Amino acid sequence: MNALALTLLTPLLGGLALIMMRALGPAGWVNLGVSALTLAGALWLALSVAAQGTVEGTGFRVDAFNVYLVVLTAFVGLTTSIFSRPYMRHVCATGRISVGSLRIYHGMYQAFMLTMLVALTTDNLGVLWVAVEGATLATVLLVSLYRTPEAVEAAWKYFILCGVGIALALFGTVLTYFASQHVVQEAEAGLTWSVLHAHAHALDPTVMRIAFVFLLVGYGTKVGLVPMHQWLPDAHSEGPTPMSAVLSGLLLKVALYAVIRLKMLVDGSLAETATPHLAGALLMGFGLATFLVAGLFLHRQRDIKRMFSYSSIEHMGLMTFAFGLGGPLATFGGLLHMLVHSLTKSAIFVTVGHATHIAGTQAIDRIRGLIRTQPAVGWSLLIGVAAIAGFPPFGVFTSEFLLLTATMQSYPWFTVVLLSGLVIAFAGLFRHLHPMVYGSAPEGQLPVQANMLPVLVHLGLVLWLGLAIPGFLAAWLDSATQLITGSHLL
Amino acid sequence: MSLTVMTLLQQFVLLLAALALFLSFVLLAQPRLVAAIHVFAWQGALVAAVTFTVALAGDASHLYFSALLTLGLKALLIPWMLHRLARRLELERHTETLARPTLVIMAAVVLVIFSYWVVVPMVAQGLAFTRNIIAVSLAVVLIGLLMMVFRQQAVAQVLGFMSMENGLFLAAVSATAGMPLVVELGVAFDVLVAMVLFGVFFFQIRESIDSLDVDRLNRLTETVEVEEGGG
Repeated sequence: MNALALTLLTPLLGGLALIMMRALGPAGWVNLGVSALTLAGALWLALSVAAQGTVEGTGFRVDAFNVYLVVLTAFVGLTTSIFSRPYMRHVCATGRISVGSLRIYHGMYQAFMLTMLVALTTDNLGVLWVAVEGATLATVLLVSLYRTPEAVEAAWKYFILCGVGIALALFGTVLTYFASQHVVQEAEAGLTWSVLHAHAHALDPTVMRIAFVFLLVGYGTKVGLVPMHQWLPDAHSEGPTPMSAVLSGLLLKVALYAVIRLKMLVDGSLAETATPHLAGALLMGFGLATFLVAGLFLHRQRDIKRMFSYSSIEHMGLMTFAFGLGGPLATFGGLLHMLVHSLTKSAIFVTVGHATHIAGTQAIDRIRGLIRTQPAVGWSLLIGVAAIAGFPPFGVFTSEFLLLTATMQSYPWFTVVLLSGLVIAFAGLFRHLHPMVYGSAPEGQLPVQANMLPVLVHLGLVLWLGLAIPGFLAAWLDSATQLITGSHLL
Repeated sequence: MSLTVMTLLQQFVLLLAALALFLSFVLLAQPRLVAAIHVFAWQGALVAAVTFTVALAGDASHLYFSALLTLGLKALLIPWMLHRLARRLELERHTETLARPTLVIMAAVVLVIFSYWVVVPMVAQGLAFTRNIIAVSLAVVLIGLLMMVFRQQAVAQVLGFMSMENGLFLAAVSATAGMPLVVELGVAFDVLVAMVLFGVFFFQIRESIDSLDVDRLNRLTETVEVEEGGG
């Protein structure tokens, strides 16, 4: 039994057990326990990676880059399961879903965690594809869990758009495999990322260029890049809130992780050609467009969860831009931004879940006076939004600052665009936030039973990362930067 | 590229692939749902036949298994599931004509030309055979996409989706002599699960809008009126 097996088998077996489980009460606890065990496995894995450099298993390969996302995934999975236990009980008690649906919910929650972890740890591009598609399949039933016409519509849109997108990614994967046939001796190893990376310079640039376009459009749909983002606000707003937290915090990151891994291959292949930075330029273009469009859309939102999903799109755009920019500084900033955005956004979605239970609606117009009714929820929302908008002293500020510095060095004009985009997004968030947290509460609005522990832990970590990044984490991110760009930052 | 540089088996593979592309056109324009399901099944059978022929040509024994998998999944199991769903949803006599059939077919033709244009830069890779097959399978993928855009009926959209998958199988098999087994099994598993979930969704959609015309799924727009009830 090693760390990798523990990390991957726990959600697999846990998910199977949860699907079978008929008792409603303990299911939430089992879900929590399984998530905790997964986190233990992930931490053990991180320790082994720290000791050995790379952990390899049959078809799996864990290095400094993916292990940090594995730990993040397991951590957000655990805190969300803490939140989801009382939350889903409340939903079930109000009669919005049946007990059977709750069983599906728990089973699929673990299935989703499994696909995320497999996608992160696998060394095979084909298995990566299978896992990312599996993540869609695991979450699509959860989006339609409430069975309202809106939820069914959102789920159908999610299914079709992501299905099509991911099909294009498979075509890109086939083309990559085709390119590797002429390079890699063993045909079976032709999809192994580490082998491909070692032979990247020999991969045919024309084929890889076409392959990358398909891969970017395909996985980019999952990242939520404009104009393939249409599914994201719907799926986030109509599904249960714990799902919104993990979709926003994890799924988008894992899709971006896939894009970065593939960019590394394409960069190696195109290094000697006339357009060595093609992949980076594409990422920068898509990222910037996503960032600006989503920032503008923030202003006209009327549903609180839709608003925060647009904020997620905006931040994914920013990260895509960072990785497109390349170079150690921007990459370090991008990695840090992935971390702090996951933590902050899942904390916000947890808080939003409580806020919608207090107000009994997701309409921004009707959520009023949260601080009066329940100070813990109101203040958490205020602080969470301040953090996500990039206020110091939170971690998002640090990563955005690093990114702006990197932009200043290589493309000074883009700094202006980025800064105005950040201001637009900030204005969009706060014009809606202000009346929701301040002001007088409607008659008869009562506080709900809320477990604010996940929010406190997440926001506390984000604050810590903003004040001082601990040495081991900085070294960790730095070795990931070194893997991606080839040079150290620190 | 002259045909004489190819071996007989390669020409045969190309013929089968071209037939699969032709069936994509038929699928696109076929108004009767049940007939469209049959066309889809034949397309799956052709992809399986391509796999089998490639397995014969090279000594890739794992491709025999892959051909069997494709035949079972794409030509038998999924069409059977779709047929059963159509019966249970009482859609056996359902027909849906495209609003502008000529335009759609022309668009499909443009997509075929576009696919060839995309793969032209790969000419350095040699082999006319490979290039043809990649272009044909890309065209099958894109026509499947086109079908999903122009058809409003949920089952027909799923047919478009599945025919996209057919194009991908075709590309994987003929351009690269098959993906590694674990990937192939994983993809097949995903397709199967997707089909089961599509079945679940047909009923959910019909329950919610009393029809399977997904154009009527239009509640979620940017100016959505937010409903009651917290999420």
